[in-house]
Amino acid sequence: MKNRYCLSAILLFLFLSASSAEHNVRTERISGSAGDVLEDNPVGKLKVYVYELPSKYNKKLLQKDPRCLTHMFAAEIFMHRFLLSSAVRTRNPDEADWFYTPIYPTCDLTPTGLPLPFKSPRMMRSAIQLISSNWPYWNRTEGADHFFVVPHDFGACFHYQEEKAIERGILPLLKRATLVQTFGQRNHVCLDEDSITIPPFAPPQKMQAHLIPPDIPRSIFVYFRGLFYDVNNDPEGGYYARGARAAVWENFKNNPLFDISTDHPTTYYEDMQRSIFCLCPLGWAPWSPRLVEAVVFGCIPVIIADDIVLPFADAIPWEEIGVFVGEKDVPELDTILTSIPTEVILRKQRLLANPSMKRAMLFPQPAQPGDAFHQILNGLARKLPHNKSIYLKADEKVLNWTAGPVGDLKPW
Amino acid sequence: MKLSALHQSYLNRRSNSFRSSPTLDSSVDSSGKSLIAVFWLILHCLCCLISLVLGFRFSRLVFFFLFSTSSTNLYSAPFRPDLPIKHLDVHTIVGRNLDPFGANVTKSSSRVVVGRHGIRIRPWPHPNPIEVMKAHQIIERVQKEQKTIFGMKSSKTIIAVTPTYVRTFQALHLSGVMHSLMLVPYDLIWIVVEAGGVSNETSLIIAKSGLKTIHVGFNQRMPNTWEDRSKFEVLMRLQALRVVKEEKLDGVVMFADDSNMHSMELFDEIQNVSWFGTVSIGILAHSGNAEEMVMSMDRRKEIDEEESSSLPVQGPACNATNKLIGWHIFNTLPYAGKSAVYIDDVAAVLPQKLEWSGFVLNSRLLWEEAENKPEWVKDFGSLNENEVLESPLSLLKDPSMVEPLGTCGKQVLLWWLRVEARADSKFPPGWMIDPPLEITVEAKRTPWPEVPPEPPTKKKDQMSLSQGNTDMVIPKQQQQHSTKIRKPKRKSKRNKHEPKPTDTTTIQVSSSLSKHQERN
Repeated sequence: MKNRYCLSAILLFLFLSASSAEHNVRTERISGSAGDVLEDNPVGKLKVYVYELPSKYNKKLLQKDPRCLTHMFAAEIFMHRFLLSSAVRTRNPDEADWFYTPIYPTCDLTPTGLPLPFKSPRMMRSAIQLISSNWPYWNRTEGADHFFVVPHDFGACFHYQEEKAIERGILPLLKRATLVQTFGQRNHVCLDEDSITIPPFAPPQKMQAHLIPPDIPRSIFVYFRGLFYDVNNDPEGGYYARGARAAVWENFKNNPLFDISTDHPTTYYEDMQRSIFCLCPLGWAPWSPRLVEAVVFGCIPVIIADDIVLPFADAIPWEEIGVFVGEKDVPELDTILTSIPTEVILRKQRLLANPSMKRAMLFPQPAQPGDAFHQILNGLARKLPHNKSIYLKADEKVLNWTAGPVGDLKPW
Repeated sequence: MKLSALHQSYLNRRSNSFRSSPTLDSSVDSSGKSLIAVFWLILHCLCCLISLVLGFRFSRLVFFFLFSTSSTNLYSAPFRPDLPIKHLDVHTIVGRNLDPFGANVTKSSSRVVVGRHGIRIRPWPHPNPIEVMKAHQIIERVQKEQKTIFGMKSSKTIIAVTPTYVRTFQALHLSGVMHSLMLVPYDLIWIVVEAGGVSNETSLIIAKSGLKTIHVGFNQRMPNTWEDRSKFEVLMRLQALRVVKEEKLDGVVMFADDSNMHSMELFDEIQNVSWFGTVSIGILAHSGNAEEMVMSMDRRKEIDEEESSSLPVQGPACNATNKLIGWHIFNTLPYAGKSAVYIDDVAAVLPQKLEWSGFVLNSRLLWEEAENKPEWVKDFGSLNENEVLESPLSLLKDPSMVEPLGTCGKQVLLWWLRVEARADSKFPPGWMIDPPLEITVEAKRTPWPEVPPEPPTKKKDQMSLSQGNTDMVIPKQQQQHSTKIRKPKRKSKRNKHEPKPTDTTTIQVSSSLSKHQERN
């Protein structure tokens, strides 16, 4: 009797393992340095309190220019909307673990749609003055349990030009807060160690509308569409993308394996789905929505940006998913790519095919489990519980409210 | 070009100035600094004007020359001089770090530096063929993986039923079917039913396929008339279906007659059948008689003007909602009375009313016990041993349940053809010429002047010389003195111009020569 039970149990186990192995042929589980956290549910792990700011900080800006909802910096707006209706939101600030300030600093656009960062420091400063005077929670920790979404080119340095951004550094008032930003580069002034790097906003519906059947064979080896030289801002070349994009063009424009050009084809998304490798080189800033597009379309991202910090780097093992090429190795890009063993390439494709990977890169409306919003909350939850040292004693001041360029001190 | 560059730089200035104007505004506001600000503004405008004239960024050059001593204090070059580098532009070498402000602020631990970098280009920026090969191998492997994962969700086995018998054209026909089946990307079982029992001839041919074959023998000889032959083939097919039933083979049964030609799309399309399906066949009623063809074509044109055009297609007919309403049958009227009766007749060979090759069925229909077997199918096991079914629809109680495939019969997926040699034509077994040729007979029309012609044999008299061919028959049984070996029949005219071999009298045994034997 017992033998029969044992035998049936073993058979059942084998059958289950076989069936699960069968499922794993198509995709592979993703577990980063923080473990298998992509599918964690943040509800119950943290509580977020959303400050009530006057609408001049958020809604009025959006009314003035609704383009803010569709450009790649739209994450700040959608994060606000998500938090307002999320289960982690609490209306009792005393039990909140994190505090969110709904402010849209990038929603100040030029006629061509680029954000002007010149008023952002003043806007941020004015908002912080407001919350520090109306609520006691800022002064309690000087912002250490507050988080801000700053999806600018160089994060909270609030400038689009790298030199100027470096010169400014992170806004002094935000030194203790946690920054949720798209910019990530190691050993850079504008990246704080405990920032959370998020993907730039890419419109999910637009990408879903261009999906093609997965059995169409991938016949393009390397794909890239974009600028190689920025003649408007860098006419002599060598400055834009630290010369990496120009190097790609000069070395591989004659190579039929590399489908690279500056065209704007209507089949851009479909072409990415027919490619094996998609180049994601740096531009003026190291990050770009190309990474998100490559992940969604199953094209292995080839990241050419030295020292870049990719989104959710503790939850997603980017080394196993993408290919990292140093900027100095660009002339040997074809050798590097063809010398990757095919098993490694197939494994990368399997990891990319994992739906939780694609979900984690997107900001869908309405929010879905496992999407980027939830990954941000997971990241915030992983920082809990707060260290007791962040709570300052009375009259202890750490931040310097008068630091920074003179122009920032003006009221907004 | 220069003008457009100037225009570009002007626009550049505009866009740059648009972006940077607020900073100027903010700096101007500070009191005491206004004079300096104005000075910088004037200098900026001057530099702009000079740049417009010169066509490059003058201000940067000035800064470089002014601060060239301090540039040596800046951090080291971002590119290594040991790498073979070609620079596009002199300015790029010169402008390593023209912005002196940026230098002092970067963190010392950062490897990545802001500023102008060189554009690295390797000495031979062209594709390396070995790498191209490797890339293509990678692409192939990825596509193969895609196919296995996403291609066919579940492909059914194809069970091909081919009735055959040993005759001259068997090698031609069977090789054609075999090669088509070898290309099918799905699992395949090939049931070859042979009239006259299992023979080595057929076994040799089908063994080369590498497919899973079941060679069934049917111990009666194939009759000599087309009508009887098709009836006989029905019996053979039914025998094959019995094998499917007994072995409980699972898949889609299709009838691959050995003289038909199949397209690859046929095999993809029949995967979609659920129980009983039909496809459109192209009917090639070949007559082989050129004069007859011409006459019948004229006749046919007259008929066509009267009636609607008769397409040589047999297949399902559908109404507008893609439901099966009937069948297109090949119009045999033009051939009435002139069709071939005997297998070697030189006339059009007509198909039956409904050819079996246009039908496919799920093998489970034949099984005794199969779940979800529909009720409109007759029980296959209850068929009589020697009952000849009129058409495959006789297997069903309700012929309207047949599924039309190939977008409701619009696609013709295979072609039906019957071509055979004369009934008495001979061919070397296994198509191996062994023993070597010993008997040759002179071609009637070919002038071989040196050698006196041997008296013609009885066989030659039987030949239909009205065709204008110079065909020979080499009977193995009769020993005859050979004079020459003749050339293939269609080149009769050319034979006259070809050089004649001079040592013909010595040729008795032509073992070393490889010539085509003449066969009808």
